[in-house]
Amino acid sequence: MKVSLFITCMCDIIGSGVGKHTVELLEKAGCEVDFPEAQTCCGQPAFNSGYLQDSKKAMKQMMRAFKDAEYVVGPSGSCVGMLREYPKVFRGDPEWEEQANNLAAKSYEVTQFLVDVLGIEDVGATFNGRVTYHPSCHMTRVLGVKDAPQKLLRNVKGMDLIELPLAEDCCGFGGTFAVKNSVISGEMVKEKSQHVSETRAEYLIGGDMACLYNIGGRMTREGKNIKILHITEVLNHQ
Amino acid sequence: MGLQIGDTSFKDRVQEGLKNDFMRQAVSSAQGRLRNGRLSAAEELGDWEDWRTLGEEIRTHTMENLDFYLQQLSEQVENRGGNVFFAETAEEANEYIKNVVKKKNGRKVAKSKSMVTEEIGLNEALEDVGAEVVETDLGEWILQLDEDPPSHIVAPALHKNRQQIQETFENKKGYQKTDKPEELALFAREQLRKEFLSADIGITGCNFAVAESGAVTLVTNEGNARLVTALPDTQITVMGMERIVPTWEELDVLVSLLTRAAVGQKLTSYVTSVTGKRLEEEIDGPDDYHLVIVDNGRSKILGTEFQSALHCIRCAACINVCPVYRHVGGHAYGSIYPGPIGAVLTPLLDGYEDHKELPYASTLCAACTEACPVKIPLHEQLIRHREIIVEKENMAPTGEKVAMKGYANWASNPAAYKMSAKMARMALKPWTKHEKISNGPGPLKGWTDVRDFPAPSKQSFRAWFKERQKGEQT
Repeated sequence: MKVSLFITCMCDIIGSGVGKHTVELLEKAGCEVDFPEAQTCCGQPAFNSGYLQDSKKAMKQMMRAFKDAEYVVGPSGSCVGMLREYPKVFRGDPEWEEQANNLAAKSYEVTQFLVDVLGIEDVGATFNGRVTYHPSCHMTRVLGVKDAPQKLLRNVKGMDLIELPLAEDCCGFGGTFAVKNSVISGEMVKEKSQHVSETRAEYLIGGDMACLYNIGGRMTREGKNIKILHITEVLNHQ
Repeated sequence: MGLQIGDTSFKDRVQEGLKNDFMRQAVSSAQGRLRNGRLSAAEELGDWEDWRTLGEEIRTHTMENLDFYLQQLSEQVENRGGNVFFAETAEEANEYIKNVVKKKNGRKVAKSKSMVTEEIGLNEALEDVGAEVVETDLGEWILQLDEDPPSHIVAPALHKNRQQIQETFENKKGYQKTDKPEELALFAREQLRKEFLSADIGITGCNFAVAESGAVTLVTNEGNARLVTALPDTQITVMGMERIVPTWEELDVLVSLLTRAAVGQKLTSYVTSVTGKRLEEEIDGPDDYHLVIVDNGRSKILGTEFQSALHCIRCAACINVCPVYRHVGGHAYGSIYPGPIGAVLTPLLDGYEDHKELPYASTLCAACTEACPVKIPLHEQLIRHREIIVEKENMAPTGEKVAMKGYANWASNPAAYKMSAKMARMALKPWTKHEKISNGPGPLKGWTDVRDFPAPSKQSFRAWFKERQKGEQT
């Protein structure tokens, strides 16, 4: 199966390791992965801040980049969730509506793609350690992916998966919120950090790097010893 | 008091909230209790998602035919000898009610909890004409004694703990017992009983008016609305114009959703429906009945992309799950409608000028949207508000506008994007130490004030992928 990787700007520039694991994971699952180089950012920073017109420029670029893709798969519930919102943004736009519908319909978050499209729940990974999982808000509530990551993680051998208290609560990232309302964001991430500590996990796993950077960045600031891992890194571990 | 609370800036109100440990503890434990209650009540009912869909359909249908149902309601009330007044503004509503009180020579007004009367500032208006107004909902009464605004739409005194309540009772009413909830409640009950018996005017809000019968339904746990509607000879109901259902059948659905979503109960202790004044063949009921239907900006919302905000049944489920509300508390919103629904509704009712920060007081985590029993897409409406603030009202900070223009150019130009991917690590190098940035420049500062920021990768993904492809080819 041919898959076009939607890397997300954050994983392209800041967390490039996530992309490598995603590619390897998809290849192990039998996919042929290509990388359309014209892709940039999904538009979410501008869209969520109220800059609709500015965000559309980014969105159009993404629609051009993935025009010919069969499947678009990305390592972020939030960014894929944005692609899935394109039809609402371009509804009634004669030039872009069809492309928006087309891109939304073929876009998947990586765990969602593995479980729902490929029907894989056990990727044959082994990972030794005490871990906890933070289900990001946009992954679960905007994209609606709740079970896929859990199913995949439960089948990883050697792993001690501890439930995170109040896991569904937002970590306080919220895109530009983290900067615009950094004081409130700080209080939220302190609370999340506290919950992660309660699990005594060595690793915090998540499906969205932005949330992981937020929580992990707070935890290192507090001098706590925890390693953040994108779920693909765990699933690609032997 | 009106819709707006206080006149300090949003930033100051947030600071005020964050340093109030008492409040934060009270809010956090109340949120935990209320949201777990809602979840178990929803589970017990079964098919919660179907119920939500039904709730949404009923509210959508009612709003789309609001003129018809309001007409039907007012005919029904008038047929039973009641008076109906449509108030376009808060002032008109207050003026009408003041006149009724004056005409009746009313000295004491007993009120049951009502957000719309808070919104229009009715208490102050009545006090201006010399009437004594007594709030009879326990939480509202505490706040009235303390001259404190509500911080939650269902549990208005949520931000207070029992020590603070004991103090208020002691200072304002000569209470001399402990802070045990039972003793505090008994004291309030004794005090309020006297007020009920001596009031000449009863004023209530309205959870739902039933258009087909002209009945007004009130949902309470304390029974105070029953006393307010049973004792005084003159009765006034004040309702927001959207608080209406077509028939008893829809009332059943919405009350089921409301009590479960609000307090996790199958039903509250009292669900009271009152239908106007005493008719000749009836043995009791008020001599005089008035229904005041308040617009106060609501009709302007009809027909806009925000129409579903009028679907709100004031259950506060969105407030009870909101992580921002948990930390800053209700007063930080500067509106009697706090939390996600408050952030949506307040700018619609009172304009953006004084409330432009509210739509941004959210991470868009969508917990509110998921919790709403009538499926209002709250987090999406917050984005719509942001769009209006930026693109129509032109209220965004200049620096932000410039940054977003830059973003748009960057994200629509793959070559520029590629270059920045290559340069990012070097550009941030002066601030990078041990692969992290703890004291970032410019917009990063807000981030690094509270947490570390990761250093960009040594090699971008796209560079790695290209190299890998080349390797495969050779």
